[in-house]
Amino acid sequence: MYSRNNLLFFVFSLLVIFLFLADLMWGSVAIPAKEIFSALCGDRQNSVFTEIIINFRLPKAITAILAGASLSVAGLMMQTLFRNPLADPYILGVSSGASLGTALVVMASGFLPFSFAGNGWALIISAVVGAALVLLIVLFVSFRVNDIVSLLIVGIMFGTIAAALVSIIQNFSNPDAIKLFLMWTFGSLSAVTWNYLQILFPVVLAGIGMAFFLQKRLDGLLLGENYARGLGISITQTRSLIILATGLLAGGITAFTGPIAFVGVAVPHIARGIFRTSSHKILLPACILVGAALLMICDIITQIPDYTLPVNTISALFGAPVIIWIILRRK
Amino acid sequence: MSVLSTQHLTIGYRKKGTENVIQHDLNLRLESGKLVGLIGPNGSGKTTLLRTIAGLLKPIDGKILIDDKHLLLLSQHEKALNVSFVLTEKVDIANADVFDMVSFGRFPYNNWRGNLSEGDRKKVFQALQMVRMETMMHRLVSELSDGERQRVMIAKALAQDTPIILLDEPTAHLDVPNRVGIMLLLHKLAHTTGKIILLSTHELDLALQAADLIWLMSENEGIECGVPEDLVFSGSFNRVFASNSYFFNEANGNFSLNYPLNGKVSVSGNKTRLYWTLRALARAGYAAVEDAPLKIEVTDSAWILNQKKVFSVAELLDELNSLNNLNSRFPF
Repeated sequence: MYSRNNLLFFVFSLLVIFLFLADLMWGSVAIPAKEIFSALCGDRQNSVFTEIIINFRLPKAITAILAGASLSVAGLMMQTLFRNPLADPYILGVSSGASLGTALVVMASGFLPFSFAGNGWALIISAVVGAALVLLIVLFVSFRVNDIVSLLIVGIMFGTIAAALVSIIQNFSNPDAIKLFLMWTFGSLSAVTWNYLQILFPVVLAGIGMAFFLQKRLDGLLLGENYARGLGISITQTRSLIILATGLLAGGITAFTGPIAFVGVAVPHIARGIFRTSSHKILLPACILVGAALLMICDIITQIPDYTLPVNTISALFGAPVIIWIILRRK
Repeated sequence: MSVLSTQHLTIGYRKKGTENVIQHDLNLRLESGKLVGLIGPNGSGKTTLLRTIAGLLKPIDGKILIDDKHLLLLSQHEKALNVSFVLTEKVDIANADVFDMVSFGRFPYNNWRGNLSEGDRKKVFQALQMVRMETMMHRLVSELSDGERQRVMIAKALAQDTPIILLDEPTAHLDVPNRVGIMLLLHKLAHTTGKIILLSTHELDLALQAADLIWLMSENEGIECGVPEDLVFSGSFNRVFASNSYFFNEANGNFSLNYPLNGKVSVSGNKTRLYWTLRALARAGYAAVEDAPLKIEVTDSAWILNQKKVFSVAELLDELNSLNNLNSRFPF
């Protein structure tokens, strides 16, 4: 059993490396692998290729890995926390909460004397706070609503409320800020520059580190709240830590890439199916690898047409059928 | 050797500032190596008491002591080292096999990553052996029958290695062979492991047979403790389960229905066949008394009623009813 998982981890690690290189190679201009290696090694012979790779494709590919891993780990934690196979940051409105936080910062900055919107930290903190707040509200609702599909609808309603609030804010904002915000909502991996990555990376690292720290308690939560308590797990503390970690991961990513749909719900199911386990010790690294691979595949597909597609549309094509499949299988 | 005791324990629910007291001033005491059956009508607070001792529900007042440790003052982790439980809620974990499930019992002992040591694995395997599930340890939990699943949950509680195990209706939803099997298993475990095993149940006859002690809960009178037979002799069961439509039959330890009375007969004869004949007569509304004019003799192959010989209970009842000018075998 363990050797099978080790083999799978090895295969997926190779896949992630391969996709990472492919993501660097393909785009509006195809760059041969040789040039990529020389650019990565600091060789500046072909300055155009080097410029494209170092300042555009490399941060984008790293963002794809971070976003895929973060959203998948956030989705896994939410599915365990809510004991609901459909839970994920996008579906339960956590991304909408992050949007609302971002909208407040981006558009309110029009009223502030100094430029706030360009400040990456302000962006990420507001998104993380927005995400964690919605998560907290949905958690309270989930105590009253046991049916998983009902919770889904509640999540969609939260998304709608957040969107309505964003519209109201837009009404009172100046056109420049609105344009800035609209660009953000399209969801793009290429919007993340090296400067933003310096902020995003530690936030993601903290979130994933917390998830690994919580792995045993996450396992315990699979038994349900009462049994988890009986095994010595402090429920309130564990819940708070999961919400914080999920907020950091989902909020942090959403702050810079905009909402990316369905990766969070689909990847944990794919990981469970491939690794045939429920143990978070295995599922957490599995989600990181599968999530990174899936989002890079999505990113590569968005480059196929002459103009770049939003990554959100491609990830929805992968993820939405997974949700339909889960609902059908439950009957 | 552990002792579980309560002092002036008041249990119930708090809801929006108001206290809904279910039982008050309970002073109970249990010693290890005993299987204890918690019995009482619905609403008498069996589940509430178990959940309170399990630490899932705060008592409204009073103390719960394990030896001399005050349970409410223990941390969540220390509680897990003292009390384990099996609840009525069904646990379903995708991809988890029997060994994984029982391994959860080792949670309070292993490190932050949840890695099992050699000693942990041994404890899990021993727990599986105790419930005789060791041959099924690689089966998925989702593929188990209800009875097997219950054994796995009991093994999980055993693997937790606590002096006290609580079980909330462990035999509910099981068929008769599994009910008997689980009760016998728990009886054996209490005696061989020296644990305190406290279970709530609706299966009065099973509890009377398997439990060393009964905690009889009634809605108004608190909890009466005793050896099952002593409670039978004192008439406590009839007092607690008082009703017009049934009564606790002290002759066989079951609840018997109060049928409307049609007449009286006197019956004599073979022991086993006499027992079943009396049951049929009771259902048909005939009370057996010492010297009624109507006499039935039960022989090894037949029944003799007023010199007439019949060869089945159906014929006997028909005969009785025609004597009583009734058309139906079922006078309801």
